[in-house]
Amino acid sequence: METLIVLLIGILVAVATYLILSRNIIRVILGTAVLSHAVHLLILTMGGLKTGNVPLLKEADAPYTDALPQALILTAIVISFAVTAFILVLAYRAYQDIGADDLDALRGTSDE
Amino acid sequence: MNNIIVLPLIIPIIVGVILVFLRPYVKTQRVISLVTMISLAGISLYILNKVQAEGIIRLDFGGWVPPFGILFVADSFAMLFVLTASIVTAICLIYAFSSIGESHEKMFFYPFVLFLVAGVNGSFLTGDLFNLFVCFEVMLLASYVLITLGGKKAQLRESIKYVIINVLSSWFFLVALAYLYGTIGTLNMAHVSERVAEAGQGPLLTTISILFLIVFSLKAGLLLFFWLPGSYSVPPTAVAALFGALLTKVGIYALFRTFTLIFYHEPSITHTLIGIMAGVTLVVGCIGAIAYKDVRLIASYNVVIAVGFILVGLAVATQTSLEGSIYYVIHDMIAKAMLFLIVGTMIVLTGKTKIDEISGLIRNYPLFGWMVFVVTCSLAGIPPLSGFVGKVLVGQGAIESGSYVLLALAFLSSIVVLYSLLRIFLNSIFGETIISTEDEVPLKKGMIIPIVLLGVGTASLGLGAEFISEYVSDAAYVLSKPSVYIEAVLGGNK
Repeated sequence: METLIVLLIGILVAVATYLILSRNIIRVILGTAVLSHAVHLLILTMGGLKTGNVPLLKEADAPYTDALPQALILTAIVISFAVTAFILVLAYRAYQDIGADDLDALRGTSDE
Repeated sequence: MNNIIVLPLIIPIIVGVILVFLRPYVKTQRVISLVTMISLAGISLYILNKVQAEGIIRLDFGGWVPPFGILFVADSFAMLFVLTASIVTAICLIYAFSSIGESHEKMFFYPFVLFLVAGVNGSFLTGDLFNLFVCFEVMLLASYVLITLGGKKAQLRESIKYVIINVLSSWFFLVALAYLYGTIGTLNMAHVSERVAEAGQGPLLTTISILFLIVFSLKAGLLLFFWLPGSYSVPPTAVAALFGALLTKVGIYALFRTFTLIFYHEPSITHTLIGIMAGVTLVVGCIGAIAYKDVRLIASYNVVIAVGFILVGLAVATQTSLEGSIYYVIHDMIAKAMLFLIVGTMIVLTGKTKIDEISGLIRNYPLFGWMVFVVTCSLAGIPPLSGFVGKVLVGQGAIESGSYVLLALAFLSSIVVLYSLLRIFLNSIFGETIISTEDEVPLKKGMIIPIVLLGVGTASLGLGAEFISEYVSDAAYVLSKPSVYIEAVLGGNK
């Protein structure tokens, strides 16, 4: 099971890398979203997939599954959700003002 | 009463949320945010003294005894950073009052500065690696907003790159955390350190440590600083000064923490790598600082040089060089804020950004001209200003351990810093004045006062190095003896 998930993570990272390397901003943002899913799966896999019972003391018998990765992932999901929302708004605003969604058109530092 | 060490995180957040509701009342927002920052400085000074008297203080949230819960740990190293950050933020706020403009102030400028401070302080104080990630994100989200606030074309253009780079580096952080958790099974810094020491830092753990190195280097601007000059030169002056003073220092703090506390077993790999990165950063930063004529870019590349210099202290990793680095970080927070405020003020006064378009400012604004001279001397490390002590100690540490290449690069970079800033001084401050007395834009008191305050700060830090030497040597002692930190966190439950 772990091997399967790790392969899935690999595919997700490959897809995300492809998207991030493109010039269109929306594709880059989608790439970061896919990338964050990949790392969430990675954290889950690293904690061990279903190695025991649900971690409820007195309700289930030991050994318990490690619950910490899920707490970590939950936090990370919330953060990546907020950041993705922010970049989408930012990209839309930049598109309105600059009139480009192409990263090549966003080059340069000195001209205002 | 250990609860006090959560205050540097919780006060800015609560006050920031309250300020959101006070949106139309600009004056009230100003007063409240300034009072908050000054009282934070007071609180952190109190905690610093308490740490000095009682040793490292920790706070376990929810009563979960380490290594199980999340905790805050206050040692001298962290508290010195928190204290300096609070003071510098307070001074940058004073500058913002007269320069940032009402449209910014009504668009939640002060709440976001406070959220930024909360994230920065949280990163300094936390004793848990995942919590460090969360505090980084709090800080970064606030910085995303501050860098885009105003919505000028250049800001939008640079902020997209800034945000995407940081999202990517946060991703690397999570990957590193996942691998570390998979290998060691804990994220509490002291516990990780203990387990790494027990298991021995094998190739796997060294690889993970290099992943952490990449993440924190991206944040600190060590070698991977390609995003820095662009994004630090677009936001309003007060924000740029805050970024230049605080944001890279958080990355530097994380590098010091991880590579002195956790991954210190394989210095021939990790610390050599840090040394090479610091050396290259120094060289490339120097080239950048000389190559450009835009004052904002010169200031940004000076940030890069300072990062390289500070990390030389970590690469060498003797107690003396760590002490030097700590001195230098404190100095650099103050002096970089001052440099950015000066550069921003020059642009406000003349409306131009290139050094050869500005000339003779000292005739119109003598005090301002002298302040440029002070910051030049301070950053070049001329005694009695504050850069001197740090440079001497880092140099001494490099000689002790025989890293002569790094030593040479570090001190050559000081000369380049001097040259790049003297170029500003000779071209723009000296020379024929271009501003006639009729067209002279009055230099607002609100702009010169913070610059003078920072100038006084750098001078008194240089002259009064004796006063803080006790704290700095305690901080360096804890950094060079990981067992002290581990004992304070895991040993015995208070």
